[in-house]
Amino acid sequence: MTAGTGARSPGPVVRVVLPAHLRVLARTERELALDVDGAVTQSSVLDALERCHPELRGTIRDPATRRRRAFVRFFACGEDLSHELPDAPLPEAVATGAEPLLVVGAMAGG
Amino acid sequence: MSGVRVLVGTRKGAFVLSSDERRVEWDVAGPYFAGWEIYHVTGSPADPDRIWASQTSTWFGQVVQRSDDGGRTWAPVGNDFTYDGVPGTHQWYDGTPHPWEFARVWHLEPSATDPDTVYAGVEDAALFRSDDGGATWSELAGLRGHGSGSSWQPGAGGMCLHTVIADSRDPARMFVAISAAGVFRTDDAGTTWRPTNRGLRSGEIPGPESEVGHCVHHLAVHPARPDVLYMQKHWDVMRSDDAGESWHEVSGDLPTDFGFVIDVHAHEPETVYVVPITSDSQHFPPEGKLRVYRSRSGGDEWEPLTSGLPQTHCYVNVLRDAMAVDSLESCGVYFGTTGGQVYASADSGDSWAPIVRDLPAVLSVEVQTLP
Repeated sequence: MTAGTGARSPGPVVRVVLPAHLRVLARTERELALDVDGAVTQSSVLDALERCHPELRGTIRDPATRRRRAFVRFFACGEDLSHELPDAPLPEAVATGAEPLLVVGAMAGG
Repeated sequence: MSGVRVLVGTRKGAFVLSSDERRVEWDVAGPYFAGWEIYHVTGSPADPDRIWASQTSTWFGQVVQRSDDGGRTWAPVGNDFTYDGVPGTHQWYDGTPHPWEFARVWHLEPSATDPDTVYAGVEDAALFRSDDGGATWSELAGLRGHGSGSSWQPGAGGMCLHTVIADSRDPARMFVAISAAGVFRTDDAGTTWRPTNRGLRSGEIPGPESEVGHCVHHLAVHPARPDVLYMQKHWDVMRSDDAGESWHEVSGDLPTDFGFVIDVHAHEPETVYVVPITSDSQHFPPEGKLRVYRSRSGGDEWEPLTSGLPQTHCYVNVLRDAMAVDSLESCGVYFGTTGGQVYASADSGDSWAPIVRDLPAVLSVEVQTLP
């Protein structure tokens, strides 16, 4: 597990697992631990991820619309959370760090 | 000893091929950014150690990489290509309006004089510029805004701005080419643009001689004669002698005038290279023979160059940005194929040999001539 960079905030620590291509781009391990400000949602977790790793901006969500890229999915706790609202709370197990949020490249070959 | 560095973008990564001036023994480095599509890799004329790469993926979008040590190490720079204002619509394949959406960077064109300035031609077609080493990008919105943008339509590969040519004599003049819109010229450093397509004729559009709508595949120019432009159009090889004001066909005796690449000899402005491709549906060389055609008369009269190239059962394509020339005394010519071969000629095309045979499909080839 790799700790998020920057000053520690009082918010929760959320675990995020990145797909291989983004790990290489961000030069990180498979799983990161991120300090998340406020409520733990897709948006707040991605905000924290992009603060720690600016090189990932635009790779998971569109920089202008902030919409999830079409070939990226979010899984956690055995559920597909891709179509949840970006500001909807993530499961409690993700918010407490018991379970990671998985960022997954869609299985589409190529 | 002088040498060359051939920069290759492929469907699954980038490669750097290096040799001394003899261009016989090659060092092959890569893949860099393995698994990503590398649409273009190119070096800065102002600082040969600065190299740019467009790294893109259907899954994870656009990344721009920059190397400051000749390609040994890389770091991502800015990748926010947000269109200026409300993007509006262009035509979709069926003629209906379609929102302008950024997809990828097709071509990076570094400034000849400033290592921190680089242009990016993107899909959906637009031109961006960075003046801070790639950290931030701003659209030159006068191109899309000149009035015809709503009528532009995508070619088979998407609606891409794939060619950017800066006039070597006049820093305010530039040309871009868009599939399928045509050629546009600015004379005020990118603030305003106008189409320069008079003389083009395209049977695939409702008005064959329309001001815009032509599927221009690539442009080439010799820096000593910036008013002479060569074009490989969807069909037709074309030439302009007046900086794009008018074009005339120079396909001459080519076996087919469909193709993608076109380039000009480094020391002979009337020596031009193309790779004829059978047709718009048969993207391979006629008769399964991979032939570069060279004209020493600025077009019309062409000779096939075959020595060292496969002359049987060859069904590869050579994509629009996949040919380049070096500027050594004996001009080197290079091209890459969708079959993963990169061929080099150290004698202006008279003879060829593969540098590599089995790369992923080649999207782009550029070459740096090193002191």
